[in-house]
Amino acid sequence: MASAERGSTLAMVASIIVAMLLTIMPLPDAAAAFRPDWIALVLIYWSMMLPRNYSVGIAWGIGLLLDVAHGTLLGQHALALVAVVYLTSRFHLLMRVFPMSQLTLTVLVLLTVYQFLLFWINGVAGVDVSAASYWGPVVSGTLLWPVVAIVLSGAARPRTRRA
Amino acid sequence: MVTARSNGNKSSRIPALGLRAVLLILFSILVMLADARTQHLDAVRQALGAAVYPLRLIVDAPSRLFTWADRSTVSRETLQRENRRLRSERLLIEAELQKLTALEAENTRLRELLDARERVGSRVRVAEIMSVDANPYRHTLVINVGTAEGAYDGQAVIDADGVVGQLIEPGLKTSQAVLISDPGHAIPVEINRNGLRTIAFGTGEIDVLDLPFLPNNADIESGDLLVTSGLGGKFPPGYPVAVVSSVTRIPQEPFADVTALPAATLNQVREIMLIDIEPPAQDDSNAAASPATETSGDG
Repeated sequence: MASAERGSTLAMVASIIVAMLLTIMPLPDAAAAFRPDWIALVLIYWSMMLPRNYSVGIAWGIGLLLDVAHGTLLGQHALALVAVVYLTSRFHLLMRVFPMSQLTLTVLVLLTVYQFLLFWINGVAGVDVSAASYWGPVVSGTLLWPVVAIVLSGAARPRTRRA
Repeated sequence: MVTARSNGNKSSRIPALGLRAVLLILFSILVMLADARTQHLDAVRQALGAAVYPLRLIVDAPSRLFTWADRSTVSRETLQRENRRLRSERLLIEAELQKLTALEAENTRLRELLDARERVGSRVRVAEIMSVDANPYRHTLVINVGTAEGAYDGQAVIDADGVVGQLIEPGLKTSQAVLISDPGHAIPVEINRNGLRTIAFGTGEIDVLDLPFLPNNADIESGDLLVTSGLGGKFPPGYPVAVVSSVTRIPQEPFADVTALPAATLNQVREIMLIDIEPPAQDDSNAAASPATETSGDG
């Protein structure tokens, strides 16, 4: 059991690093507008499958890194990620029994909350951004959710089986 | 420590989780306020930036590899052709340079006659762009030079064609620079033809700068070259910034609608240069005037 846990922890760390790489990877302008919130997707998955008391703390730390990588206000992504991870951990039992279609809709809602928080903080801080540009990541993130979920469950399973 | 505590009370998971989330959100708000209002968190930002640095290296690796492969597989013929071209180019440039030395000497002489201060000498450091920033709302990029190499906040960034932007967040090994096309950026410029001073604002579009403060009767026409005026104290004077692309004069409006095309190809640069300028210590009046002109632009 302990080594199974260690295996999924390893998968978790690796997936978060990969998500971070995908986040800071340069993309052409047109594609960058539709860059999904990889970190948010990965953290939603892990806080649904392995909810821990400290997952909000980890989300907060990763959010700070994201803020530095994006050059945004320190704490902006951190706050949004904490909110999303909290909501997911709170309802993880419910989300686990959802069929994929319903789960994808839930993820749509979570990603909208995430982008809305970013939008709201930008508004308060006086960063001028058109509201339309927030929808790109939500749409692409929702469409990619099933793929992310399948890849991550595949990444976690072989290790747990071996244990 | 946190782990141990959470293992202890796994049964009461939800209340502890909610409490932590609320505390972290409150703490985030405090951090954001501190970050927006004060400079105290710059050190934290630098430290976290150092943690992101290896990831940037990894992301940058494929393009480096590609450039390297590209360079090391050129045919001999191509190299010879390029070599020939470069030689002839160098000859031309040397001829130009001879003229320039003479002109420079003459300039110094004339300046001495006019009792003007000699221009601040500037040193140039070459840097490479590591990545353009992931945030689509701002025009920033990350370069591979940091405070360890002497980069500083507000340092001017140029490329072979003109001004690119300035550093906003110098880290230890990498720094973040804002482009002149960023919607939050303004640069004091003057028209090369007649010395008319104004301010060029970024618009958020990579190939458009906006010059909102030119009166309808201002002597400006499309094709005019805009160069840095050096009045903001951040950019050394005389570097090309943009070429005026359109001037629309509307009779009822007090200001003409002027846009310009940046001289540097902002979305294609890979190598850039950082200019070191010694901050003018004795020139207090000038330094005091420059922030005023900049803030008047924002309002």
